[in-house]
Amino acid sequence: MTPPVRIHLAAHFPGADDSTVWAGSRSRSHIDFSSFEHLARTAERGLFDFFFLSEGLRLREHKGRIHDLDVVGRPEPVTVLNALAAVTDRLGLAAAVDVTFNEPYELARRLASLDHLSGGRAAWNVVTTSDARTGENFRRGGRHDRADAAARAEEFLRTARALWDSWTPSGEARPLVHHGQHFTVEGEFTVPRSPQGHPVVIQEADSAREREFAAASADVVLTRHGTPEAGRAFYADVKGRLAHHGRDPGDLRIMPGVTCVLGDTDAEAREKAAEIRGQQVSPRHAIVALEQIWGRDLSSYDADGPLPGIDPDPDPDPALVQGRVRGADRLAVASAWRALSQAKGLSIRQTVIETTGRQSFIGTPRTVAAALEESVATGAADGFVLLPQPAPGGLDDFVDRVVPLLQERGVFRSRYTGTTLRSHLGLAEPVWKG
Amino acid sequence: MPATRPPHLAVALDGPAHCDASHYVTLARLAEQGVLDFVTLGDSFARPGLDALAVLSRVAPVTERIGLVPTVTTTHTEPFHVSTAVATLDWVSRGRAGWAASVSGTEAEARLFGRRPAAPPDALWREAGEVAEVVARLCDSWEDGAEIRDTSTGRFIDRDKLHHVDFRGSTFSVRGPSTVPRPPQGRPVTVLDGTAEHSRAAAARHADVVLVRAKTPQQAAALRADVRRRAREHGRDPDTCKVLVSLVVDLGGRESAPEPGLLGGPPPAAGPHFSGGPVELAELIARWHEQGAVDGFHLAPIAPHRDLERIVNGTVALLQHRGLFRTFYPGGTLREHLGLARPANRYVRTGAAS
Repeated sequence: MTPPVRIHLAAHFPGADDSTVWAGSRSRSHIDFSSFEHLARTAERGLFDFFFLSEGLRLREHKGRIHDLDVVGRPEPVTVLNALAAVTDRLGLAAAVDVTFNEPYELARRLASLDHLSGGRAAWNVVTTSDARTGENFRRGGRHDRADAAARAEEFLRTARALWDSWTPSGEARPLVHHGQHFTVEGEFTVPRSPQGHPVVIQEADSAREREFAAASADVVLTRHGTPEAGRAFYADVKGRLAHHGRDPGDLRIMPGVTCVLGDTDAEAREKAAEIRGQQVSPRHAIVALEQIWGRDLSSYDADGPLPGIDPDPDPDPALVQGRVRGADRLAVASAWRALSQAKGLSIRQTVIETTGRQSFIGTPRTVAAALEESVATGAADGFVLLPQPAPGGLDDFVDRVVPLLQERGVFRSRYTGTTLRSHLGLAEPVWKG
Repeated sequence: MPATRPPHLAVALDGPAHCDASHYVTLARLAEQGVLDFVTLGDSFARPGLDALAVLSRVAPVTERIGLVPTVTTTHTEPFHVSTAVATLDWVSRGRAGWAASVSGTEAEARLFGRRPAAPPDALWREAGEVAEVVARLCDSWEDGAEIRDTSTGRFIDRDKLHHVDFRGSTFSVRGPSTVPRPPQGRPVTVLDGTAEHSRAAAARHADVVLVRAKTPQQAAALRADVRRRAREHGRDPDTCKVLVSLVVDLGGRESAPEPGLLGGPPPAAGPHFSGGPVELAELIARWHEQGAVDGFHLAPIAPHRDLERIVNGTVALLQHRGLFRTFYPGGTLREHLGLARPANRYVRTGAAS
């Protein structure tokens, strides 16, 4: 008898961002299919709910040049997931796909195709892009207003769901007519209703509007990991909104993105965590991070020296602060960094290490398993999206050492009981709304 | 110059659309047993069926050598997304990807997107040619060896080896560089139809493989000569442009009946139709090829499973017996099967340039 599943687990393939450690003998290619296959097979060996890939639509730049300190480049996620469907049997396959530079008909078709080809394991993280530079790669071009982007995302998802519902459960195609503010779609969908009815929909939910949107339409909410108090408050807020939309708390899973560092002793794990942070934040990284807050060229500063005496530029060159905290937030961050640096006597690099992207769970497998369980038991999460470090080997430790302890505690499945991602997540198939 | 190399053989997996991957996996493996150059899978927003590039991505890890060429339409899609998907198919198949560019010409397709009215074929194919151009540029936008992982300087890439493409076409522009590193083949194989005038211009300029429909070897030879002449005018070596005759084949004889299908799919593409046995098909292939009329054939079976089995066990076996077709894959990539070199990168500065 399998114990009731309480914790849901997903693995995120570490992508082109500054938390990805690429140096060292355990890190492998970030583009070869074998790396994706290894990580997905490991996640399936660990009985994970799903495997998650993000997408890249424009390479990061700093001071008008391609950012070269972190992993750059990645494959197109939906295509990789279709290939992974061939080498996995049960694992859910999730991709972040932007709605700003896509059209509902084509994307709904690609996602329904993935759901068919994987036998009901597809998931879609609905994301928007407001960066004008990204638009330079697409027909729509240009900058898009954030509020408008949110409205477009809502209508996009409604339209996609209407397309997925346009085939009756008995297999008859019915033409769809959608006339909205952002999209006009008329005609027949070329893909029959897929095994899950609708692929699992994953959303992020920061602002009140996003939380309301997620409460209305998401199956899974991705969030950032913070303090236990913040986690519980977020969880209660989002789950509390479900009833307004006729949904039960169990209809939505909340999964913070987390990193784990394991060691044979808690002290050893802390040492490893510090080492990883040091690799993530090289002296050049530290200066780049500082420039993005200060909005100034600080390349003459020594990363092992003190923070700059000059204040942040209130009206900086956008090429310097792009994609990072903006405006008033920057000034607040700068003064917090200064205060910390002075109080603890930290260098630029030490300050950046201390204030950015710390690991969520650090300790022995037993310590980490207990902390994960506690987080779920106290209403801060339904599960976690793990970002293994380094990829792809970093997930093996978790699967080999933490998963068995979670199973022993009776809080994680000991086998897959269903074949679809919805079944792993304990979510019902969406009601057909013809 | 007449074709002299052994013929290239490709087969279409079209027919009634299926939603389960196993149907396509079985067919592609069968084609691989026959050592064929590549399989194609058609696609259109106007008829039932899954996304073709998705299907062949699903097929990639469970096949070893066969080339995988989905149709990708360029009218209502984003050129940048087309390029990243095609490049990724090349990564997941370890260098076996191609793509057959096609257009969406109907009002019905235009209404599914609601962005632009249906356009005449010459405008659509001009745009398809521009998309082929931007896909090639985006593939080149990362030089080989751009990923350096230099721990001494902390640099993951050498950013001097990444390039903006700054492409401006008649209906779209793309800044670049690609978000996907240069794929294993440098550029996946581009396939275009060269039968109609609208698409032949784009084909001669951009395609590695040009498909033509012809009823006689003379007709095929004339089309091939025209494609090669135009390719030369674009400054290309005409031998880098392989001309394959598309032929609908029905090897069922009197028992002929299309396979039962889930969705009652489309009729096979219009065009010259071969009806007969596998031996007769081998004789036709040998005859046309001996005359130097074509570089190979793209066969579209009426009943994919039945006919493909007969092509592999009958037609191919006979061609192999006569020494006219390979018995194993000497190379690993689709370009190697086709005898096409990995293309040089347009953005690499040669020693003399500054």
